[in-house]
Amino acid sequence: MLLCYQCGTCASSCPVAKITPNFNPREVIRLSLLGEKEEVLSGETIWLCCSCYNCQERCPQKVEVADLIYTLRNIAFEKGYTPDIYSQFASALLEEGRIVKVSKFVENKRPAVGLPPLQPTGIEAMRKILSTSKFKKPQQKKEEDR
Amino acid sequence: MTSYALFLGCTIPARQPNYELSARKSLAKLGIGLVDLPNMTCCAPPPIQSIDLTASLAVAAYNICLAEEADLNLLTLCSGCFESLAMTNAMLKADEELKKKINAILAKAGKEFLGSKEVRHFLQVLKDDVGLDRLKHSVSRPLNDLKVAPFYGCHALRPSELLKLDDPERPRILENLIEALGGKSVEYRNKLKCCGGLLRGVSDDLALELAREKLRNTTKAGADCISTLCPFCFVALDIGQVQIRGKFQETYDIPVLHYSELLAIALGTDPKELGLETHKIKTDKIIDRIFQ
Repeated sequence: MLLCYQCGTCASSCPVAKITPNFNPREVIRLSLLGEKEEVLSGETIWLCCSCYNCQERCPQKVEVADLIYTLRNIAFEKGYTPDIYSQFASALLEEGRIVKVSKFVENKRPAVGLPPLQPTGIEAMRKILSTSKFKKPQQKKEEDR
Repeated sequence: MTSYALFLGCTIPARQPNYELSARKSLAKLGIGLVDLPNMTCCAPPPIQSIDLTASLAVAAYNICLAEEADLNLLTLCSGCFESLAMTNAMLKADEELKKKINAILAKAGKEFLGSKEVRHFLQVLKDDVGLDRLKHSVSRPLNDLKVAPFYGCHALRPSELLKLDDPERPRILENLIEALGGKSVEYRNKLKCCGGLLRGVSDDLALELAREKLRNTTKAGADCISTLCPFCFVALDIGQVQIRGKFQETYDIPVLHYSELLAIALGTDPKELGLETHKIKTDKIIDRIFQ
């Protein structure tokens, strides 16, 4: 991140920055370098990255911009600043082993269209793997605590 | 016969069994075997990486371990699964320290990542294992010069340093595979930009705006349909058209088909067997065009 010289190649490659003033990867990096922790971590900005990696592909300084935003999100999650949908993904992963649940209705229709039965999910193994991860930390703060 | 462990992921069996169906039928015709291994889990895609990168690498590596134990390479249909698994595979193979760290986590589930297998995207299997020439010769019902707008989405191509599927700025793999079926690949503005899929649920307005631009550009370029590789891009562009009609009072009527669906039809599968009626934007005119 320290290699960033604020050229703006990331921002001009970013499809989200093109359509909203609320997200600009160059600014996220600048604010992070300036130590503006609260502003970077608590706002919605870092969650508006669409993870397309155009910025990272094109950065002349090889700053891993998209991966940096993931890292900021990891820290924000620990601090309880997470959009609801991400908390839902986290719970679904622990409960089902999948982030999108396959309904019994859809599963039961498989043989009729010629699809093989679904194999069981390795949910027990995954819970063991996640047992020391951030997924097991006390759940996020509520909206009003922000 | 070349065989792969099929990594099905979550969204395809939950929401788009039509993608799975067309891929299974096509690969069987092309002599590629698929093995359904038990105990696979979520691939740990970007929304999970956003919560905990290290745990995501461990979950992805766990799934690769299952393929290693079965002595099979992995085949993915969803670009999200491809990104998570291929990226993890490449990162762990290149970094001994990281591999040690992840293996310490995997030990809790009795697994060890060895780095002995490959993760391949459906398109790579078609290009490398089947080959364009054999694919062309296998086509029994050419697409009749159907104008197809190739839609790569993001995670088949990027981060390119780890995924190595094709040139991230000037890819040709999907265009060549469309032309091999007798279709015409159509160029359009911002072809390689994001569908907005990962912003759905975070900012639906921005997500729809990104999808809307792709619909505008593909329509303007005169495409008969859009061809996708990923269930999230499919949702963004297919169901997205219905949502855009509601939000912007702007009507697009451009069918979206997974590449595998065009492939299955070109290989002679009866379109009635493909579950195309599950698409929100009707595909009838595409089928009529091919059978004309």
